Amino acid sequence: MSHPHDDIEDSGYDDYQLMAEAIGEILIDKGLFRAAELRRTVEAIDAITPALGARVVARAWIDAGFRERMLADVNAAARELGIDAGPIPIRALANTPGVHNMIVCTLCSCYPRLLIGLPPDWYKSRAYRSRAVADPRAVLAEFGTVLPDDVAIRVHDSTADLRYLVLPMRPPRTDGMDEAALAALVTRDSMVGVAVIDR
Amino acid sequence: MTDRLQPGTAVRVRAAFPPGHVRTPFFLRGKNGRIESLAGDFPNPEELAYGRPGLPRRALYRVVFRQSDLWPGYPGKTADTLVADIFEHWLDPVP
Repeated sequence: MSHPHDDIEDSGYDDYQLMAEAIGEILIDKGLFRAAELRRTVEAIDAITPALGARVVARAWIDAGFRERMLADVNAAARELGIDAGPIPIRALANTPGVHNMIVCTLCSCYPRLLIGLPPDWYKSRAYRSRAVADPRAVLAEFGTVLPDDVAIRVHDSTADLRYLVLPMRPPRTDGMDEAALAALVTRDSMVGVAVIDR
Repeated sequence: MTDRLQPGTAVRVRAAFPPGHVRTPFFLRGKNGRIESLAGDFPNPEELAYGRPGLPRRALYRVVFRQSDLWPGYPGKTADTLVADIFEHWLDPVP
């Protein structure tokens, strides 16, 4: 987990942070965009929350046709709800009683950012990226997620040009709930696949 | 573009270690899996990373591996699997 002081102490830039800062300054100097536009873009990226993905999941729970369209093309299904999931193709991974899906990016930190926001620190850590593929059941247990032995775990490594979103199973005893109430049950971690939704 | 690999085809990931920007994880190189599906055709990231167009596009496959084939002494269950997206030029059919 993160160390609370890291975020409030300026501890110097590493090489990659320096390069990012330098490229930003150069592009602003060259007039490709203005500092305020860069700030607004960063602000917009930071403002994305898992609530967007949760709306897509909740709609899939109540609308079988939407669920089929989501499984075929998440970006197009999100667009039906007025949500811009961006140009990178996102695939839905539907959990079933026999298969639990979880996502990782062993090479970097690929993540469905336009639907659930920026990845948490642990998702980017070397520990998660290496252990999620080699011993996923132990990682899940550390997140408090213990799956029965007869549930197969399928780990999806976002190695290239696709992004993944786990479609969790609709929890039991939710029959009378409306779409907004269902969406409120859907957590970020359930859409990454390190948790299940147990009300 | 080479012939499409059909779902279910047994494949081996090339055990090659070229320098550069490669999206094939080390832990999968030399491992056997099966084609799950075709993900689409995408510009080659090994070219894109150096400012080249990455064309022609390359087929990108979803390849499923049995975890017990990836890790000696895998501590999970035999039905556990891993899926990764691997470009066609990193896959050889297994006879």
